[in-house]
Amino acid sequence: MGRSTTTTKDAQALIHSLRTAYAATPTNLKIIDLYIVFAVVTAIIQVGYMAIVGSFPFNSFLSGVLSSVGTAVLAVCLRIQVNKENKEFKDIGQERAFADFVLCNLVLHLVIMNFLG
Amino acid sequence: MAAPENPQQQAATIRHAFGNVLSFLILLLIGVLAFSIRLFSVIKYESVIHEFDPYFNYRVTQFLIKSGVYDFWNWFDDRTWYPLGRVIGGTVYPGLTLTAGTLWRIFNALNIPLTVETVCVFTAPIFSAFAAWATYLLTKEVKGVGAGLTAAALLAMVPSYISRSVAGSYDNEAVAIFALIITFYLYIKTLNTGSLFYATLNAIAYFYMVCSWGGYTFIINLIPMHVLLCIVTGRYSSRLYIAYAPLVVLGTLLAALVPVVGFNAVMTSEHFASFLVFIIIHVVALVYYIKGILTPKMFRVAVTLVVSVGLIVGFAVLAVLIALVASSPTKGWSGRSLSLLDPTYASKYIPIIASVSEHQPPTWPSYFMDLNVLAFLVPAGIIACFMPLSDASSFAVLYIVTSVYFSGVMVRLMLVLAPAACIMSGIALSEAFDVLTRSIKLQLLAATENPQINAGDATKVTPNDAVKTEKSEDSVKERSSRKSKKKEKENVEKASSVSRKEKRLLVLPLEASMIAVFLLVLLGAFYVVHCVWAAAEAYSAPSIVLTTRSNDGGLHVFDDFREAYAWLSHNTEVDDKVASWWDYGYQTTAMANRTVIVDNNTWNNTHIATVGTAMSSPEKAAWEIFNSLDVKYVLVVFGGLVGYPSDDINKFLWMVRIGGGVFPHIKEPDYLRDGQYRIDAQATPTMLNSLMYKLSYYRFVETDGRGFDRVRHTEIGKKHFKLTHFEEVFTTHHWMVRLYKLKSPKNRIRGKTKKSKSKATTTTSSKRIGARKKNPWH
Repeated sequence: MGRSTTTTKDAQALIHSLRTAYAATPTNLKIIDLYIVFAVVTAIIQVGYMAIVGSFPFNSFLSGVLSSVGTAVLAVCLRIQVNKENKEFKDIGQERAFADFVLCNLVLHLVIMNFLG
Repeated sequence: MAAPENPQQQAATIRHAFGNVLSFLILLLIGVLAFSIRLFSVIKYESVIHEFDPYFNYRVTQFLIKSGVYDFWNWFDDRTWYPLGRVIGGTVYPGLTLTAGTLWRIFNALNIPLTVETVCVFTAPIFSAFAAWATYLLTKEVKGVGAGLTAAALLAMVPSYISRSVAGSYDNEAVAIFALIITFYLYIKTLNTGSLFYATLNAIAYFYMVCSWGGYTFIINLIPMHVLLCIVTGRYSSRLYIAYAPLVVLGTLLAALVPVVGFNAVMTSEHFASFLVFIIIHVVALVYYIKGILTPKMFRVAVTLVVSVGLIVGFAVLAVLIALVASSPTKGWSGRSLSLLDPTYASKYIPIIASVSEHQPPTWPSYFMDLNVLAFLVPAGIIACFMPLSDASSFAVLYIVTSVYFSGVMVRLMLVLAPAACIMSGIALSEAFDVLTRSIKLQLLAATENPQINAGDATKVTPNDAVKTEKSEDSVKERSSRKSKKKEKENVEKASSVSRKEKRLLVLPLEASMIAVFLLVLLGAFYVVHCVWAAAEAYSAPSIVLTTRSNDGGLHVFDDFREAYAWLSHNTEVDDKVASWWDYGYQTTAMANRTVIVDNNTWNNTHIATVGTAMSSPEKAAWEIFNSLDVKYVLVVFGGLVGYPSDDINKFLWMVRIGGGVFPHIKEPDYLRDGQYRIDAQATPTMLNSLMYKLSYYRFVETDGRGFDRVRHTEIGKKHFKLTHFEEVFTTHHWMVRLYKLKSPKNRIRGKTKKSKSKATTTTSSKRIGARKKNPWH
């Protein structure tokens, strides 16, 4: 009984500290995070739709899900490279990181358009 | 201070410039070497396509160039596997043919009129030059420029790669090895720099690899293994995430684009490792991120909470996954991959895979034949990779370990071992030369400029300077792996104790270093001599043309195969069907341009078993089977007159086994006398009556009066017999290929008539050709 209250108190303290720590991140990173959440939610909606309607045609389902997941992954990579706290990526400028992100997305969506069927 | 620095900097830049030009020239020469060492078969024989599989690729390339990409992509081939046909677009790896087609178009656009055959023959040497350059790039990322150049030079000549990429060997591996090395290079480059641009290039290179070869599953399992290794050993960094996660998503999509792979990219077990590690790396990334933004106390709380909840969810998901995978009998793996993991699988369940000679395990001598000196430089290289251990060098170690295991399962995969061995040996040799030349330089300096040591060059270091170095230990260990250099052993002991205590740059005595350099160069010379010999003598045979030296030194050429295919193409109708064992299917369709029943693709075991049963049955039953398949001609390869050992009689037991696997009335013990396979007078009657025996030895006794078979070294059992249902139409010059035609059924049957299953009215009911044929399967 005591343990459950300590765990709930711990959980609340944890969530509070997570929230305060996250509020300290810069705005541009928060925008990228929002984009990532949007892409992941799109992927989950597509999977749910497939579960309801069935997986034919499979290539369309695959390309749809993988395009959402792919752009989420690429956005995470962009966030890593743009984050000022990452000392490894000091010498890759922000413009270069964004250009790489755009190029990779271009290739990804070219493949998606081909595979969509 | 500034004045003495400037000339010193200038000297350094001049040295750098000189080094760059030198390495560029060396790379150019390595490319030329890689190209020219593969030209022996063109010089000794002619510019012809070798073996069996390349003929199929050649035919597909001809079709591509004639009809364009769209027709090629949708091509349904009705001239093989009659009457089933084969969907070429969906069952062939298009990388090689598209590459050769592109090369042909480029050459023709530049007004260089090369024929398709020339482009096909020389594709492999061109791409091995590219592969050598790719090895330079990869090893440069792992260790440095010196190691890169050495590895590239070794790869240009390594015999196991030459064996599958001589001029004329127009097979998937010719471009696939280049694609493999380039993909690994781009992965390591992304890992080292953390740039998304290289990650994109990596995915595109992986796509090229998937297009080219079924061995791409090696990449998609090795890279996740390496990522897992990095995570487990605590080397996780965000560069690892950038290197791996986009590759998985883009790579799966691109792999699914290739029709051969299709949805297998997400459904077969060969790809599950990549998805599993994808999930793991996301979990790890999240953990690191949260650890970064929380205080340590809160992080511990988070860990306890998450672990308890996460474990439950994880177990549930795992249970579902295991149930899914366990429901398929092969646990989701394909037959070929399963035979790699469990080497006894193929011999128990799939005799066709087991019967291919390339799929047998290699013998020990073949390691030395194919890798030569590299075989014992590899352990030195592995140790050199550990000092210091970086992400790239841990990848190189993982690559060599896995490829050694797989090469031990299948001799064909020694090809995948070759680049790994060259990288390791290149690293080892480069490190050894580093230490030795440094010793020589420093000893000479110490001898000539004793008082003026510390002034001047920043790169000059005296033997007594305490400089941080890891090279001291690895060069010590390199000594022990070199062959028979006992002179340095005592010096090594002394030097190693000194270096360990004081952590100095290792400097060996002058004479020892000079002798060691000379011996290493001698080692390289032995390697070169062996490689050139292997390329010239062992791996240049086109196997469609055979040669032998007669007693007076003259060259005797056996061109029987092409003779037979030319006869077929000139003396038969375009729509005639030819039946033979599956080995010769590709060559028959490509050179004779006739429809065949089975070919080297071996995708339909029952069809092959049908042909095998026909070859093992007596004449009448065989005629029935062949007639039901619309066969007009039967092709048999026979080596008994000249001593050619790979003929159909030697392959006959495989025909019996494969046929018996599907049709139980063919039993292998029927063809063996006391468990021994014989064709002489002691052979079993089933053997002496089989179609293969009769077609091989028909009129053989007329050659020398006794019927002595030079391959089996006995006289044949049944010497004088006539063929009732077949007639001989052509036998080549050395009796190596024999062609028979199915006799049409008789117009009139004398004596008792047989009532056919439909209405049979008169005593002379004629069995008209094209009327109801008796179906042997009812």
